[in-house]
Amino acid sequence: MQSFSVAEITQYIHELFAADAALADVLVRGEISNLTVARSGHWYFTIKDATAQLRCVMFRGAARSVRIAVSAGDEILAQGRVSVYEARGEYQLYVNQIELAGGVGDLHRQFEALKAKLDAEGLFDPARKRPIPAFPRRIGIVTSPAAAAWQDMQNVLRRRFPLVELILSPTLVQGTEAPPQVVAALNKLNRRSDIDVIIIARGGGSLEDLWCFNDESVARAAAASSVPVISGIGHEIDFTIVDFVADLRAPTPSAAAELATPNKDDLLLDLDRLRTGMAARIESDLLDRARDLIRLRNALGFVSPLRKTRQAQRRIGELRGRLERATRARMARLGERLASASKAMESANPQQILSRGYALLRDESGALIRRAAQVSKNQRLNVQLAEDEIRVRVED
Amino acid sequence: MDEIASLSYETAYEQLEALVAKLESGDLSLEDSVALYERGQRLSAHCQTLLEDAELKTRMVDDDGESGQA
Repeated sequence: MQSFSVAEITQYIHELFAADAALADVLVRGEISNLTVARSGHWYFTIKDATAQLRCVMFRGAARSVRIAVSAGDEILAQGRVSVYEARGEYQLYVNQIELAGGVGDLHRQFEALKAKLDAEGLFDPARKRPIPAFPRRIGIVTSPAAAAWQDMQNVLRRRFPLVELILSPTLVQGTEAPPQVVAALNKLNRRSDIDVIIIARGGGSLEDLWCFNDESVARAAAASSVPVISGIGHEIDFTIVDFVADLRAPTPSAAAELATPNKDDLLLDLDRLRTGMAARIESDLLDRARDLIRLRNALGFVSPLRKTRQAQRRIGELRGRLERATRARMARLGERLASASKAMESANPQQILSRGYALLRDESGALIRRAAQVSKNQRLNVQLAEDEIRVRVED
Repeated sequence: MDEIASLSYETAYEQLEALVAKLESGDLSLEDSVALYERGQRLSAHCQTLLEDAELKTRMVDDDGESGQA
């Protein structure tokens, strides 16, 4: 079997550590002990828990940026990389940052971790968010009776929508006993069947003050609520896990009260709008009907008997006119015929013929002689001339 | 007792909105329109009184009786 030198084997181990990405950036939680600061300004300490310990070194550069006061026995979180200190054949944590466990940094980390976990479960899914009822009758309120938030919400609702009834489900809103109480308060409201919407509210505070609303059991209880939940926790900038899980997030308790209810003034305006709308509608309706009536009456007039008689009269007038014109025309025609006839007569007038030298022969009885046979010799005849008569006797 | 007086705000308001929509649809006889109009007036008056006379009530979650101040 080939042998290695100490250096070779140590270097090999060192490369193993370097190759492992997980060791390149780790966060280790433990109790700090035998912290010593070298003249060089480097910090040497160990962090341990019940079963193990880890040597740490924090070089001057990093050590200078530490803001918190650290003393032996503190539970800390150290961030850095694990590597091998070949000269002493030891592995250690080369630390970049340290902070107190349970400090703000740690809380943020726990918050992000829980948020990621619940998000992955789909508890924040917008599709889950239920609409807030437009006209709630009963609002369940999970808050502390002693807190200003409860008074603020009552004041808002007294002015905004006094029709509603508030069902207070009291709880602590701070401290380690708060989470189970918040869960219990929520469940009491959910057991009732007459609640339309639930508001979980508390006034402003630090991250630690609001911490109970980042508790997993509280978040799950809010998510499981059978009734839409509005969260009104802290101030505008404060976001708790309950805010992500709630059906609607309000920046403050008062805002939650407003988001839960319609505004009485708007409703009164609405009523006015509807009333005027109705009045306008009826008025225009009556106007239309009146216009229809007039149109109908006109139409009726059009076919009314009165109009018919007037029409008949007009017609009669027309006829009379035509009659007159026709008779005049006929008369004129007759006149013409008369004239032409009389002219013709005139021209056939015996008087006129006579005047042209003809004469009429008549026997004594007055009968006209047309043919010689009518007369006999020595018969006495009358000869009518144009102006006078003469008597003659037939010779043969 | 006029049935309108017992209506909750939400129901009365919904009936009022439906009624106005019906009025606006316009294919109603004169009698129906006027009757609807009168009912609309009464509904809106009821809503108005509900809003103006209401007193905020508060109760404790365990308290099943009448409203007690919290």
